[in-house]
Amino acid sequence: MSPRAASRLESLGFEQVYDYVAGKADWGSFGLPIEGQRPSSTRVGAHARADVPACGPHDRMLEVRERVRAAGWDTCFVTNEEGIVLGRLGRAALAGDDDVSVEEAMTPGPSTIRPSLELEKAVERMHAQKLTSLPVTRSDGVLLGVIRREDAEQALELSATA
Amino acid sequence: MPTPIERDDVQRLVAEGAQLVEVLPEAEYEDEHLPGAINIPLKRLDHETTRQIDRDRPVIAYCYDYQ
Repeated sequence: MSPRAASRLESLGFEQVYDYVAGKADWGSFGLPIEGQRPSSTRVGAHARADVPACGPHDRMLEVRERVRAAGWDTCFVTNEEGIVLGRLGRAALAGDDDVSVEEAMTPGPSTIRPSLELEKAVERMHAQKLTSLPVTRSDGVLLGVIRREDAEQALELSATA
Repeated sequence: MPTPIERDDVQRLVAEGAQLVEVLPEAEYEDEHLPGAINIPLKRLDHETTRQIDRDRPVIAYCYDYQ
């Protein structure tokens, strides 16, 4: 639709016309602000916890375990140098005491959600899959944080009573 | 021909004063839109409705995605 609209604008005499081909789906999936009836505040991105620990695939589990515990978390995401999610260290991996590499211990390729996903849909999904949290990534796979079910439910409750 | 651009270009151009026009139907615009975007649905793009667009500044058209 936007290519046709951009061409139409040119036919109406506009000279500096651009076509954002990927559209607002792309914009939202990158965690950029959205306005309207369903603004950013109603979406996962605004409520994701950005302080979730992250580590590299070649890090050692001993060091990562200590860091994650000290930070008060029970999960850690494995990312590459660009921050792209490669895997996840859950409770079982973090509870062990063997000093292996993160790459050996991690669960590769966890499911992620986009920051533009509505809170309601995120909560439905977490309930359906019996999850307490989900990682939030941009459309290029870069980790933005984690949305905890309790945070999402609380935000929904607050918005319902507002 | 209109110039196809990506997200980073949109941010740069808007910072430099470009205008955003969402060309989806009104209900979809009301639901969610880029900050500062105005709404002129494609079916209503004409000389009258585009009077609100400044011809001396770049204008960026967008819809939902690659449709």
